[in-house]
Amino acid sequence: MSPVAVESAVAQAISSIPDPEVPVVSIADLGILRSVDVDEHAHTVAVTITPTYSGCPAMEAIASRIVFEADRQGYAADVRTQLSPAWTTDWMSEQGREALLRFGIAPPGAVAAGESRGPVPVAISRHVVTCPHCGSSDTTEISHFGSTACKALRRCNACLEPFDEFKAI
Amino acid sequence: MTEPVTDTGGVVQSATKPCAAYLLGLADDAMVYAQRLAEWMTNAPQIEEDMALGNIALDLLGQARALYPYIGSIDGTGRGEDDFAMQRVERDWRNVHLVEQERGDFADEMTRLLWFSAYQVELHTALAGSADEVVAGVAGKALKEVRYHLDHASLWVVRLGDGTDESHRRMEAALERVSPYLDEVFDDDEASVVAAGLGVGVLPSSLRERVVEHVARVVEQATLPVPEPSTWRSRGGRAGIHSKPMGYLLAELQHIARSYPGATW
Repeated sequence: MSPVAVESAVAQAISSIPDPEVPVVSIADLGILRSVDVDEHAHTVAVTITPTYSGCPAMEAIASRIVFEADRQGYAADVRTQLSPAWTTDWMSEQGREALLRFGIAPPGAVAAGESRGPVPVAISRHVVTCPHCGSSDTTEISHFGSTACKALRRCNACLEPFDEFKAI
Repeated sequence: MTEPVTDTGGVVQSATKPCAAYLLGLADDAMVYAQRLAEWMTNAPQIEEDMALGNIALDLLGQARALYPYIGSIDGTGRGEDDFAMQRVERDWRNVHLVEQERGDFADEMTRLLWFSAYQVELHTALAGSADEVVAGVAGKALKEVRYHLDHASLWVVRLGDGTDESHRRMEAALERVSPYLDEVFDDDEASVVAAGLGVGVLPSSLRERVVEHVARVVEQATLPVPEPSTWRSRGGRAGIHSKPMGYLLAELQHIARSYPGATW
């Protein structure tokens, strides 16, 4: 869960900014938004965000949207990008996971992929991912990398529909 | 590429000026290889691979973007990411020759990616414990990504090596073509000795054994022979001496920025 408090209107507005790549999920639900510190006297807000991936091109869009939303509430925003601790899909909220599923993207499972130092895997698929369309667990990975860095491409062997999987990292 | 993306406020920064040269080597490796990998978009054997290599390139670009402004702050020049990427001439680049070579056959690229990502996994594992918290942060972030790159390259090498006669033949040739560029990656140049001495960096030679171990496992599973040691080896990248393809790469990379000085986007 995101540790962000959302008492004030400006914090609420910033928390509910949709992710530019996956607009059904807010930046708070994705765990990208790390902190919002509102200074009611100075009318400023200090915001910390963290990228899902080092080269995530959505960061600049997110930062400028934060400045825009804060400005609409009458606050000047100072947006900082923080790399450490590194973002993990474990920071994604339950609400965010459900929204992804409804949108047709399989939410991330527990962190596992690539963590082991064991021998080279012989098959592409190593974990069970449930099809967001029909619920079957009989799915195959088509590609390690999907439409964005944070997703992989899969296909359901039951309903034959392709779908994106949010990779657990 | 206009704003520095790394916030260094309130973080322990042990990297001093002598570390800048070391970090520049790491950043330039990532930047130049990102440029090479991006060339595969529309050129890979299948569209999923266009996306995969594009995504890997983006991860590497992210590593470079996180390091450049930090290097600019510790070397005292105040240069930002665009200054480093777009305004330096060839002699000022510190990447190894491996990453600047033309992309060649797809088998060559998978071989290079296998070696480079195996190296980066060990590198970032070590740097995640750096005395400098900015370096440790960049490495900790990158580590999750490069493990995935290594997985990807390993799968392809096994698939192609243990595939058809044609794919096996081309993988075997690729292993031989890439091998003269590997020694340079593990050379302990002056900058890395300084950075390792300060606890900021790590000696490249100390990473070699584990990298070779991983690659050997993949090559064995791919039913490929280990190439004979080559009679020549690349050198000079960390001192700014580059091979012929580097100039062409920079011309393409820097063309827009140099044609329209001061342009923003």
